[in-house]
Amino acid sequence: MILQVENIEKKFYDPIEFKVLNGISFGIERGEFVTLVGKSGCGKSTLLYILSTMDTEYSGRLVIDGEDVVGYDQNRLSAIRNEKIGFVFQFHYLLTDFTCLKNIMIPALRLGKLSEEEIEFRAMEKLRMLGLEDQALKPASKLSGGQQQRVAIARALINDPLIIMGDEPTGNLDSKNTQIVFDILQELAHVNKQTIIAVTHDNDFARASDRTIEMMDGRII
Amino acid sequence: MNINRNIAWTYFIASKKMTMVAILGVVIGVSIFMFMNSMAAGFDRTSGESFFKTTPHIRVYKDDKISQPLKEESNSKTLIVNPKVVPSINTIDNPMDWVKLIRKQKEVTVVFPQVSCPVFYNNGKSQITGTTIGFDPVEADKMFRISTFTVQGSIADLSTHQDGIIIGSGIAEKMNLLTGDKINMTSSKGINLTLTVVGIFKTNNSKEDKTKSYVNLATGQQFLKENNAYVTDINVNIDNPDRAPQVAKELTNLTGYKAEDWIAANETYMAASRIRKIVIMFISFTLLIVSSFGIYNILNMTVSQKINDIAILKAMGFNGGDVIRIFVYQALTIGALGVILGVLLALILVQALQHVYIGGDIGYFPIRFEPWVFVRGIFIGLFITFLAGYVPAKKAAKVDPVSIFRK
Ligand SMILES: Nc1ncnc2c1ncn2[C@@H]1O[C@H](COP(=O)(O)OP(=O)(O)OP(=O)(O)O)[C@@H](O)[C@H]1O
Ligand SMILES: [Mg+2]
Repeated sequence: MILQVENIEKKFYDPIEFKVLNGISFGIERGEFVTLVGKSGCGKSTLLYILSTMDTEYSGRLVIDGEDVVGYDQNRLSAIRNEKIGFVFQFHYLLTDFTCLKNIMIPALRLGKLSEEEIEFRAMEKLRMLGLEDQALKPASKLSGGQQQRVAIARALINDPLIIMGDEPTGNLDSKNTQIVFDILQELAHVNKQTIIAVTHDNDFARASDRTIEMMDGRII
Repeated sequence: MNINRNIAWTYFIASKKMTMVAILGVVIGVSIFMFMNSMAAGFDRTSGESFFKTTPHIRVYKDDKISQPLKEESNSKTLIVNPKVVPSINTIDNPMDWVKLIRKQKEVTVVFPQVSCPVFYNNGKSQITGTTIGFDPVEADKMFRISTFTVQGSIADLSTHQDGIIIGSGIAEKMNLLTGDKINMTSSKGINLTLTVVGIFKTNNSKEDKTKSYVNLATGQQFLKENNAYVTDINVNIDNPDRAPQVAKELTNLTGYKAEDWIAANETYMAASRIRKIVIMFISFTLLIVSSFGIYNILNMTVSQKINDIAILKAMGFNGGDVIRIFVYQALTIGALGVILGVLLALILVQALQHVYIGGDIGYFPIRFEPWVFVRGIFIGLFITFLAGYVPAKKAAKVDPVSIFRK
């Protein structure tokens, strides 16, 4: 079990007290490709932020790769995110002052395990995989939404994370590119044994994944 | 390059105009700070130098005593007394023994006895009032460096001419005297002597130049109608003039005579100089602080513009310390560039002002390259830069990525 949550509850207090997540429990095995679906506003993004360790204001248990991370300080959580989690956000993708290539390299440079040349080589590989090699040296701000999203996916993969989380990672892509991304994710899960958790509104995408978790009003159904 | 520094550098370049303005602010602040403080140090140095042309670091002399009422007995009537200076001779007993003893003290560099005597320089019918100082010319030259400001003749000639005298340039001008000429003088004790001018000095302090003259110790004693054991002062110089007050205290305890340091002797002047120093400090510090506002401003702006970047970086595993480092690097890059250019500008200003002739007692503008002032400027400049960057950086480190992503 690479990721396990038990009885996660979260409330918002503004403007009125409101329970977004109400007793969420599940476990995900290593190498599983899981999709998370549900109506808009049911709490998918909120749950994903908790799973990614960025949101620490919740109750319940969160175990990542055998470590119970509840109560970890911010620095330890940062280190876990850097090394073990790749994240593709719903609307916010890239650092606009940097080139696509640099954007992809940044998490690896932060981790500091490989030399800059090796990191650059790997980053180019990821770009090629996503059909973006000709965009490598363009500033991130000069790319279309779909291209940016693919660069963000490449960046999530750079450190070979144990878990890749995506909040509608194909939301801005056409069917051809959605298929490409899906195939990449599936290969990562089944060949590399990396774990994928993706929020999606795309029924075909969800159906093709290993398992679909459906949410409604802060619960799993 | 380290990734945090790399990101900082990108932000540094991204906002060129504001970065320029921020650098300019630091340049001006740092250079004016260094310039003004070099000027203050220059003033101190020249006034110190001109002081020590005529004043020893410490002067040991016998202080006047005020008469005390006779001891009252408990049942006696109250006595009304007029306190007044006790008439006694202002001589130091066994001066040569004291000189020897003082010379043995640590920190002490030069010690010699002197007498001073009010005199009239007789110029036909008119007279110039002044003071003549009697001492051993060799020792005195070590202390006052008289040879550096004698314009005619030399101090060495005083040693070889028992009846020689060195006069101020003001006296020489008024009485139209050159070296080799005779000068007739009458002392306050009524002694009249004719001496040979062996030298003329010019201190640039016109009061000194118009009244003072130097003679051999024996001549001085002769003017005072006293024997060769009579000495009014013992002059003492030490390694570091700033330590004079402490050493003076020790000498008072040692000898029982009054030892007055040059700082106490010139209290009014020192107070004025302190005020000047405080004003310069205050103004230069204020400038330096104001100059860091540019950095604070640009960083605050970068932080709010790049809040989305900060959130993404934190999501990718950059921690609060990394974020602080990114923005402090950016601030320090601006600060370092500003400080380097500020040092150059300050050097140019100092160089330029060195060649400005003021005239009077001062001559050229008393300013020069002061290494310590520059070192201090560099450190304070960088420190203020650091603070100006740290405050917004701290704010950036507290950004909660989730709240940004939800927007
Ligand atoms: N900061 C907040 N304060 C109060 N309520 C919030 C806050 N953020 C989200 N919510 C509410 O929490 C609920 C869940 O939001 P969340 O973003 O998790 O939905 P979602 O399932 O990701 O929706 P979508 O599919 O549209 O992205 C929504 O009703 C939303 O209005
Ligand atoms: Mg969402």
